[in-house]
This record gives sequence, C-alpha cells and structure tokens, in this order.
Amino acid sequence: MIIVDNKAVEDVLQMIAPYKKVLVAGCYGCVTVCLAGGEKEVGLLASQIRMARQKEGNPIEVLEQTVERQCDKEYLVKFQDNARDVEAIVSLACGIGIQYLAEVYEPVPVFPGVNTQFLGANRDVGKWEEFCMACGECVLDKTGGICPIARCSKSLLNGPCGGSQFGKCEVSKDIDCAWQLIYDRLKSLGQLDKMAEYIPAKNWHRDKGPRKLVKEELTLERD
Amino acid sequence: MKEIKPENLKAGSNLEKVLASGQFACTGEIGPLTYATFENIDKHAEELRGKVDSVNFTDNQTAVVRLSSWAASLRLLQLGMEPNLQMVCRDRNRLAMQSDFLGAYAHGIRNVLCLTGDHQAFGNHPGCKGVFDLDSVQLIHMLKTLRDDGCFECGAECKIPPKFFIGCAENPFGDPFEFRAIRLEKKIEAGADFVQTQCILDMERFERFMEMVTARGLHERAHICAGIMPVKSPKMARYMQTGVPGMIVSEEFCQRLEKAEDAKAESVNISVEYINHCREMKGVAGVHVMAVAWESIVPSVVEKAGLLPRPTF
Repeated sequence: MIIVDNKAVEDVLQMIAPYKKVLVAGCYGCVTVCLAGGEKEVGLLASQIRMARQKEGNPIEVLEQTVERQCDKEYLVKFQDNARDVEAIVSLACGIGIQYLAEVYEPVPVFPGVNTQFLGANRDVGKWEEFCMACGECVLDKTGGICPIARCSKSLLNGPCGGSQFGKCEVSKDIDCAWQLIYDRLKSLGQLDKMAEYIPAKNWHRDKGPRKLVKEELTLERD
Repeated sequence: MKEIKPENLKAGSNLEKVLASGQFACTGEIGPLTYATFENIDKHAEELRGKVDSVNFTDNQTAVVRLSSWAASLRLLQLGMEPNLQMVCRDRNRLAMQSDFLGAYAHGIRNVLCLTGDHQAFGNHPGCKGVFDLDSVQLIHMLKTLRDDGCFECGAECKIPPKFFIGCAENPFGDPFEFRAIRLEKKIEAGADFVQTQCILDMERFERFMEMVTARGLHERAHICAGIMPVKSPKMARYMQTGVPGMIVSEEFCQRLEKAEDAKAESVNISVEYINHCREMKGVAGVHVMAVAWESIVPSVVEKAGLLPRPTF
C-alpha cells in the first residue's frame, strides 16, 4: 500500500489561511489503513483547524467527507456538492488522490494534508517499511523475493557493497542490509548460485517520460 | 621477472606493466581537498615520486565534495606521474561516466578504479539524490565493453574507445563473508584486471579471504593488491574499529599502537610487517598503500618494506 504521514497542523493552517470555508477530504484506501487519511483522521484535522482558527478570532467553517478512493474518478464525483460549496479543499489522500481531486474540481484549490512517503508494508502496529519502488521491471525472481532496489540504500543489483556488516546497512544500524537478507533467503532456498549471476544495467523505464499503462482489451474506446 | 608482450597489454599503463612483469606492485593514494587547489596534490606527488607505480585519486571520498578525481589525475599527468582515476557510482549516471572516460583517456589517463561509493548520507550533502544508475559490477562491465568491443553501454559504436586498465575494489571485511570472494569473481568476470582490497587491519581475516580467492583461482585471472594503511594514532585505530561500517580492526592491532612508546613508528612497523607478509602470501600481486591524512609517511613505509627502487620500463 501507499504509506503517507500527516503534515504538521501548522503547515495546513498556513495553506488555508486566506479561506473561511474548506473541505477536509479523506480516502478509505491505503491512507485509512496507515492511519493518516481516513474518516477518523479527517475528523481530527477538521477539529484542530476549527479550534486553532477560533482561538485566533478568525473562525472557519470546515466540512468533512471521506470517499472509497480518491484515485478513481467514480468516487471523486461524490465530493461534488461539498467541493462546489467551499473555497478550498485539504486532501488527506496520497499524492495521487490529491492531484486527481485538484484536476476534477478545478478551479477550487486543493492542498496536501499529508506527505506521501513510499510503497510499503505494515511491519507492526504503527510501523511501516518501504518494500517496492515501482521500478517497472520486477527482479524478485532473482533475489529470493526481497527487493534490492527498494531495500538496498544504493539499489545495487549485484550484491552488497563494502559497507554491509553484521547484517546491517552502512547507512544505519537500524537498517537491515537487503543483500544480507537476500543471501540468507537464497541460502535457505538452496539457490545461492543466483548470487553469482550477473544482473546487467537496469532500464529504469523513464525513457517515455511519465509512465502510462493502457490495456487495450479493457478500454471502452471502440473503432 | 616475466617478459612483457606489448600485444597482451590492455592499456599499457606503468601499473599494468609492473603487474604483467610479475613484479610486486606498489601504489599510493592522494585524497583531493575540499577547495580549489592542487596544493596538496603537488606536495604529495613529490613525496610519492619514484616510490609508487601509480597514484589513486579518490572520487568525492566519504561523499564530501572535493576537487574532482579526473582533474587531480590530470594534474598528476602534468607532473609526469601516473594516476589511477577512481570513479564511484553515487554521483554519475552511465552517460556522465562514459563521457568522463572518453575525456580522461584522451588526456592520457590509463588506470581506472571502479567503486560503488559511500552512501551520500555520510557526507556534506546528505539530502542529495544518490545516482546509483549502475552498480560497481555493471560499471566494470560497461568499461570493458567500451574497451574491448568498442561499444557504449547502449550498444552504439565508439570509434576511438578508451582502453583502460580496469580496477575494482573488494572488501574482505564486509559481510556476508562467504560471498566476498564470489563478489570479486563477479567483478573479474565483468572485466576487472586488477583489484585493490580494503585496507587490512585484521590479517587473520584477510588470510581467510585470500584462501577463498585462491581456491577459486581468481589470482590467476586478475592482479590482487592488498590494501595497507599506516594508521596515524591509536585513537584513529579505535575509531576505525567501531565507527567505520565494513571495517574490522583486530584487537591486537589497536593494542600494539596503544602500548607503543612511539605509536607512529609502531604503525610504520606494522605496515612494513603486513607488506612483507602479503608478499609471501599466495595470490597477492602487490600492495596499495593508502595513508589517509598521512600521505607523507608512505615513502618511508615503502623503503623499509624493501620495495625500492620501483621498476621502470
């Protein structure tokens, strides 16, 4: 899932300083699961904004609404009544939802209430870790199901650098060396020979600019 | 001493000739400074003149901005000595690397050492974007393809390709230990002609590493030079023991410096002992003496180790 973290309330207050009526827009997708942008967090941010502005003697009206997904137009339509009724929107969705909302409801200004962090997994309560960088060409078959692109600090493809020691990355003792993990996994799978295979220079798939995926068989356009 | 056949030389550098002739190589290193001057390079070059076969120039060592490795290498050429251009994967993509190789070769640089590079988090621009478009194994492969096949990484022809003597590093003190010789084999397979190891401050571990290396016959496919570091003080030895990722410094090494009346003299003694030990060790073709922040000591280490005079061709 996409992991996000909330922006400081002060930063959000600064973005919406000129306005008297705003919508805080949540998403029931990834940001709800990572406890940053669901219905509950929408309510919390809305209250913090109201209280802060009340205290300043500059009250603001804050509407609250959360939809299934902000990365899908089908659900963004549900914001219609509230979005047209406010001067600005604060979105707690990931960067994708924020942009799509801004596109659909132009010219209403849309502001980010979160910092989108990474594609990751839930390790433990309140702990998330980056697992994937959406590189466009998965190598997990070669690396025992552990991604060196996302989980090695240098995205190395042919084994650990000289800074790997005692299973840890040279950047921090809090980071497991991805290549040590890969080595251990391949060893337990009886596939250590894969460590000796040369993985050639990667195509980072930026040669066509921002990426698009079109599956012709699924599109609604017909000749 | 073996006879050198010019047609077998890949780049024809002095270092390559020393190694090809079967003589025990000795290289030095100078770290460029963080300001726009050749001051330290000129000074240390004179100290190293006639004492080493080529001089490495680090490439933004420890991820701190320094005078560039190719500019320092060019300066050394102008002083009539032979540089070894270090290049890390952290700061350049494959386009910039190949471009620099063309320029470096056209200027007369013949040795290149291919490295991954310290992570940018260590340096003075920790928030910068680390490039790592290639890793060091891929960098070696690119350089070899350019030299031997006359092709850029993209496959397009390079009419006058740079013909470098290609070097790599390997760290016998990193983990997983059992993988270190395999990793070196990957680099040799990719095209490394010579190897400079991380500095040895734990000889027992290095011996075990070399056993794995020779068991794979890697010493017959590339020239392996052992990293020697005269360590200036007991404090520095302790710092390297605990504060430098990927280093192993033996307790014996630290204690010898701590107990010595003259730690600097003892450090020279240890370096000389290590060099002599490496000369006897199977598979070691030379030493790379890197005296970080203590370059001026190299001539006396080299002399005491009996490595003078250096071969000339």
